[in-house]
Amino acid sequence: MNKPVTVDESLAREFGLTGEEYGRVLSIMGRKPSLTELGVFSVMWSEHCSYKSSRKWLRGLPTKAPWVIHGPGENAGVVDIGQGYAAIFKMESHNHPSFIEPYQGAATGVGGILRDVFTMGARPISNLNALRFGSPENPITRRIVDGVVRGIGGYGNCVGVPTVGGEINFHPAYDGNPLVNAMTVGIARQDRIFLSAAAGVGNPVVYVGSRTGRDGIHGATMSSAEFDEDALSKRPTVQVGDPFIEKLLIEACLELMATDAIVAIQDMGAAGLTSSAVEMAGKGGVGIELDLDAVPQREPNMTAYEMMLSESQERMLMVLRPDRTELARQIFEKWELDFAIIGHLTETGHIVIKHKGQLEADIPLEPLADEAPVYDRPSIAPEKPAELGSVHAPLSLDAMLLQLVASPDLASRAWVWNQYDSTVGGQTVRRPGAADAAIVKVEDTQLGLALTTDCTPRYCQADPRTGGAQAVAEAWRNITATGARPLAVTDNLNFGNPEKPEIMGQFIAALEGMGEACKVLDFPIVSGNVSLYNETRMPDGTTQAILPTPAIGGLGVLDDVSSAVGLGMQPDSDLVLIGATKGELGQSIWLREILGREEGAPPTVDLAAEKRNGDFVRAEIQAGQISACHDIADGGILVAAAEMVMASGTGCELESPDSGIRPEAFWFGEDQARYLVCVADGQSFCAKAAQAGVPARLMGRSGGNDLILPSGVTISAARLKSAHETFFPALMDQ
Amino acid sequence: MKAAIVVFPGTNRERDMAIALRRVTGQAPRMIWHHETDLSGVDLVVLPGGFSYGDYLRCGAMAAHSPIMGAVRDFAAKGGHILGVCNGFQILTESNLLPGALLRNADLRFLSQDCHLRVEVEGTPFTRRWKKGDIFRTPLAHGDGNYTADAQTLAVLEGEGRVAFRYADAKGRVCADDRTSNPNGSVNSIAGVLSENKRICGMMPHPEDLVDPLMGGEDGLPLFEGLVEALVR
Repeated sequence: MNKPVTVDESLAREFGLTGEEYGRVLSIMGRKPSLTELGVFSVMWSEHCSYKSSRKWLRGLPTKAPWVIHGPGENAGVVDIGQGYAAIFKMESHNHPSFIEPYQGAATGVGGILRDVFTMGARPISNLNALRFGSPENPITRRIVDGVVRGIGGYGNCVGVPTVGGEINFHPAYDGNPLVNAMTVGIARQDRIFLSAAAGVGNPVVYVGSRTGRDGIHGATMSSAEFDEDALSKRPTVQVGDPFIEKLLIEACLELMATDAIVAIQDMGAAGLTSSAVEMAGKGGVGIELDLDAVPQREPNMTAYEMMLSESQERMLMVLRPDRTELARQIFEKWELDFAIIGHLTETGHIVIKHKGQLEADIPLEPLADEAPVYDRPSIAPEKPAELGSVHAPLSLDAMLLQLVASPDLASRAWVWNQYDSTVGGQTVRRPGAADAAIVKVEDTQLGLALTTDCTPRYCQADPRTGGAQAVAEAWRNITATGARPLAVTDNLNFGNPEKPEIMGQFIAALEGMGEACKVLDFPIVSGNVSLYNETRMPDGTTQAILPTPAIGGLGVLDDVSSAVGLGMQPDSDLVLIGATKGELGQSIWLREILGREEGAPPTVDLAAEKRNGDFVRAEIQAGQISACHDIADGGILVAAAEMVMASGTGCELESPDSGIRPEAFWFGEDQARYLVCVADGQSFCAKAAQAGVPARLMGRSGGNDLILPSGVTISAARLKSAHETFFPALMDQ
Repeated sequence: MKAAIVVFPGTNRERDMAIALRRVTGQAPRMIWHHETDLSGVDLVVLPGGFSYGDYLRCGAMAAHSPIMGAVRDFAAKGGHILGVCNGFQILTESNLLPGALLRNADLRFLSQDCHLRVEVEGTPFTRRWKKGDIFRTPLAHGDGNYTADAQTLAVLEGEGRVAFRYADAKGRVCADDRTSNPNGSVNSIAGVLSENKRICGMMPHPEDLVDPLMGGEDGLPLFEGLVEALVR
């Protein structure tokens, strides 16, 4: 089967290395590398593993706060949530595989991010996912949505981790390159956190989990290139997941982690055995020697190259205390998982790979890491978008509202959520759609976590800097709207080809905006993932990039989870609008859905106002003064009010808009830093807000089952819901 | 009441069940790994939800042959009380401890949502806190919850008052063809059934996930309170 191959520059190029990078390999090795060695270099230096285009810019992001225990650099970020507990969380993309094979691509995305979290000692307690699909009119979109949703459910439901939140957008820019960003949150005791730096020369290196097969070889390289018309022929590079094995692996690892057996542990994710072995030894400043004959194998006659590059799922690599190896073996045998000692740590500083008595690779680890390419790619700063000229509403207010709540980006996601188990674990306090962030209780405590994912790609496309800041601000606002204290962020930076200066310009500007928002809102980034080359080569040779999509996963904490509020309209309350309204319609959903235009500048992000308004709202929720709260985002005030009515079935009579602002701009403008809240006495509440320097005005009175517009036009909650709930079933069950 | 929860490889709702049982008994239930075979001193055996053996082959089929199931059969033969929820219900039918079978949901998709159940029989250890016709809300989460049985078995179940719960709408109306109230398409809208001696109950929905106002309600609590009452020693 295996034809002899010649290692040369042309093979290196096939493996995704440039000529210059291959030259660097030659100088590090001082000789021509073996096939296995070239494979190791090519995956470790792939964009996916090395962050070579993004690293320079990631360094500028704020990552520290007194509550941050571990920031970027570990498998996931770790923050102090109080009472000796830590939340461990990260978001990661599985975009390219999900286009090629939607079910397995999405399923293994969930599996991979779960492992990043439980490898640190945390029991995973929540999954979320940020999804972007192509146009609903594109015939392949339906197939991709179906596969991705089934894949996320198929994996998450089986492992018994509730899927509690997420977001979905549709846009033609994702037609050939959907985005699947999966986030996992876990809980651990702060004194039981496990890291990946190997230590102790002579200590055994242990492989546990599924056997190694030929699936996913060079997956990391595939994820570092654009798609071409042959993309679908790359199915063999997509891994196949087994959530049952993952569930056993979670339980076995957590059981072992309750002992003192583990020195270091790392999951085998992208680039499999190669990256886990290289990273563990590299971080620990030791050498590592592997004997591949001991690796549990699923297929006969696998070569060293194949084993080192396989991305078979549900595998972990550990360094154990030698005197605890038998204890560990017993635990994994109890869970009916493979357990094999495949090597040991050395003092050589090299990774040495042996197979069938042959030396297959011998690479010095320091230069493999330190001399990895870092590029300062040329960039062109994005142009400022032209201001939106005057626009006019072509329809009545109620007709536009009904059209908006039925539109793809605003329609009910219940069809999707209802395929995800959101209650397993028995700790889900607010299920999807019930609050601006999902609320999950920390078992055996009164602590609660508020979890959300956010990004508005159309804002990022028009103005990446504002869009980057807005994504962070919206995550912070969604957490705040439940009463929780925002703590930290994980990010998933999805962009096009960084070798194009305009894409690099988007990336740099978006990160500047994100960094600024994180700094002002005291909301550091503790983990994340970069996914570049999200482009599709069209048959005519041109390429289409996705909208820049820096997805933000936000985490907040409630000291007393019972203090959280949802977004459902509460009866017999005053509805108050918090935050200033200018009526910004640029890049709004209204402009796109009603007038068919994607134009103008996104709404202004005023971070000082964001913080002032949000801190006020959170304090009032904690003081028990607010019974429902909803942030105002896509669709503006009127859509937000309609969403509150639909969530509880309780209606509301709205007051007239501010004079001086056109009605469509007032009702559908997407000005930031705003909330709608239900309070007992709106007048005194507004007075208190004024004292705090927070703009507030009475917006209406709740009661009955209808949304009543200032004109007297009445729309029942049932009518809103029937418009809201049509889109997904109509798209998917046709 | 001394309760034991059996844990198979792939079980994933044992913690939810333990919380519910602890809530009504004040003590942590015994967790029994499927390789064990000793059920002595146990008043109630619970087979919880999850994906035992990954649902491979057929839901519950492999768990039905686990070592613990011999002990569970003996326990049943001696008149012991058993509750099987979701995958636990599937294991009970695969073990022939309850009649019928659970097929793929009618629309072939996993369902995770609230449903309403109508109590069909009163006075059993599982339903004694309710009256016949009472309605309660409970979450469900499954891909294979579509209950079926042959006509003769159905006639026996219906005739002997062994249908414990039926899917209904919020007002208690039952309509087997209506996917809103009978979401998985179960025959006669059957959500839970009882053994001949009414000491074994299998049901698809998860009352254990609705026993705390913080999680949205306590509608599932009467089932567990009733068991404590019935099995007090």
